[in-house]
Amino acid sequence: MPEDIINLIQESVIQGRIYKDDEGMDEGMVGQPGVTELVESALASGLSIQSIITKGLSGGMNIVGQKFEAGEYFIPDMLASAQAVGAAMEILEPYLAGSGVNAKGKIIVATVKDDLHDIGKNIVSILLRGAGYTVKDLGNNIDTQAIVDAVREEKPQFLGLSALLTSTMARMADVIQMLEQNGLRDQVKIIVGGAPVSEEFAKSIGADGYGADGFQALAVVEALTSGTEN
Amino acid sequence: MPRKGILVDRPFERLTREQAELIHQASMQILTDPGLISFNREAVDILHSHGAAVESIAGDHQSWQVKIPEQLVLKALDTAPKTVKLGARNPDNALIMHGDEPRVYLITGSETNIWLDVDFPTYVNKADPTKEIRVPEFKPRRGTIDDLCQSAHVCEHLEMVDGYIRTVNIQDRDITEENKDVNKFFASLNNNTKHFMSGLTSLKQLDNVVRMAELIAGGKKALEDNPIISFITCLVKSPLQFVDDTTETFIEVCRRGLPIVVSSSPQAGTTAPIKEAGIMAQINAEVLAGITLGQLVKPGTPVLYGSVPVRARMDTLGDSYGSVETSQYNIDCVQMARFYRIPNYSTSGVCDSKIPGQQSSIERLFSDMVVTMSGPQYLHCAFGLLDCNSVFCLLQAVLDDTHFKMIEFFLRQPRVDQPELEAMLKQIRDVVATSQKLYIGHIRPVLRSGEISGVYPFEGSGEADDVFELAHERMKELLARPVEHIDRETTARIFEEIPGILPRLNIYESGS
Repeated sequence: MPEDIINLIQESVIQGRIYKDDEGMDEGMVGQPGVTELVESALASGLSIQSIITKGLSGGMNIVGQKFEAGEYFIPDMLASAQAVGAAMEILEPYLAGSGVNAKGKIIVATVKDDLHDIGKNIVSILLRGAGYTVKDLGNNIDTQAIVDAVREEKPQFLGLSALLTSTMARMADVIQMLEQNGLRDQVKIIVGGAPVSEEFAKSIGADGYGADGFQALAVVEALTSGTEN
Repeated sequence: MPRKGILVDRPFERLTREQAELIHQASMQILTDPGLISFNREAVDILHSHGAAVESIAGDHQSWQVKIPEQLVLKALDTAPKTVKLGARNPDNALIMHGDEPRVYLITGSETNIWLDVDFPTYVNKADPTKEIRVPEFKPRRGTIDDLCQSAHVCEHLEMVDGYIRTVNIQDRDITEENKDVNKFFASLNNNTKHFMSGLTSLKQLDNVVRMAELIAGGKKALEDNPIISFITCLVKSPLQFVDDTTETFIEVCRRGLPIVVSSSPQAGTTAPIKEAGIMAQINAEVLAGITLGQLVKPGTPVLYGSVPVRARMDTLGDSYGSVETSQYNIDCVQMARFYRIPNYSTSGVCDSKIPGQQSSIERLFSDMVVTMSGPQYLHCAFGLLDCNSVFCLLQAVLDDTHFKMIEFFLRQPRVDQPELEAMLKQIRDVVATSQKLYIGHIRPVLRSGEISGVYPFEGSGEADDVFELAHERMKELLARPVEHIDRETTARIFEEIPGILPRLNIYESGS
């Protein structure tokens, strides 16, 4: 029975279903419990947090990754699964301490001042949550000082900055400069992204990483976490 | 079940109803003043016996001035079928065309003398010899019967091709005026199960090709029910002349009751007025004259209103199929055919460009889109044709098929109804209430239902333009895929009864 719930959680992740009313990849899934209902059941059944996360959620995401590599899944499928994992992690977050599961880290994301574009940033957030990171999304058009204040208060391992306009990408440099002035720069790894941003630009402003898209951003964060970044 | 074609829900029209009526009236006037010059005696006799005024013209060639009264034309328009069926070796490939229904069938053709091969030699950068690129190189040569077989084979597998008009003139040493027809019909029919339309090189071969079609279809009655072949004749030479030999062919095909296209191809600026109203009044008169003659030969003969108008190039006075006006004239003709409720044979995709490339893509896609949107029933859209009408490239045909898939997708009817809007309102409200405010989760149910158009199938990796190489790979894949040939027994009967077919075309005997 406990194994059944873990398998169902894994299947829900593969199907990308958060709630029972959600459609999945296959027909006839509506009405069956989604990942949030299953995680609640798993907790009520006394299943370990570790097995829920490693076997259920991560196990499901591994299969989703394989399907994506094989061309069977598309990006919307990956994102739906990542959203399902993110929703499950929100439920599990209060239980993580003392569960034996190491938290992967906290990341603050924001679109810089005067820029209202946030699709890319939101996709990055979904993927990071799906990979098990705790994400605090400050939103868009965020003042430089507010970003620096958030880093000071939240003490994240990562800061992700996004800009879609050539006129606003310079704000990323402002944020890094202000973090340095406040003695916070060494506490946080900074990843930048957005349509006009390039690897070269990222280096020129002193960022630690650059993601051309959501998947690359996640890969950069994972590499920085494991210390395997170039 | 016939092929579904592309149903154009609300066809694009350039002319108002009043303008179409004015063109009709002008054409009626043209048919009596000046009328047509006929170089064919039999046509003169047929028209004269039904009330047309005829007068002999003095000169080197025997010819007559024929004035066709309006009531004769109107009667012919009445007896001409408003629905025409073009059958196929595979009955699922039949085409059903209603004159008042803008359902578009996409057809290959027409005959070119030059076959364009493609190769991809490697070039090395002089400044940096480590850099190499593969560049498409196009090599023209005279078309052969093997090329025709290949073309028919690939077009069998091209999804958007609904019917086949041969794309290449067979110029092998052992092909003569006498055996050309039976060989081009057999090569095409043996490698393609879609409808086959063709002109005739020699009227003497008409009964042989009809007999071949009867053998394949399963008999005379079976061919009537499922006319797997049809004919096209340019019996009218612009301006306003019945040509002797093609008119004779036209009359003989009508007598046999097989479907036939009455085609006229005036060139605006030289053989027709350069102005739209003028070329339209003239081409309409020319096609109506042909339809009238056909219906007098045999009332009820299935005819298509065939239009291949083109504007002259101002630099050479050659044809400019790539000009914008050419598409305008074609769209007008589609509308005139619909005015008479007679299925239309129209033209698009013939380009001025000599090789595949940016010019050919732009010229072809432009006319393919706009003419398709006007809703002709039988669109000779020139898969693979280049340099007006003189070069065929199989690689280009593969590209054209892809582009027509895009056009087909574009012309799908919008789904906007109350249940759909209610579902969308719920979706909008649900998503706006979330923190991410993204609709991505709702893509999935439609992602695999065919409701989302695909990416360009020949997209290269990175910044490389690999379109031609990828399309070439696709072409080779299609050539490697088998086709359903005519069965052994029927093939044996065809070779036994029909003289002149090259032995090497018999796949059961030649070992090919």
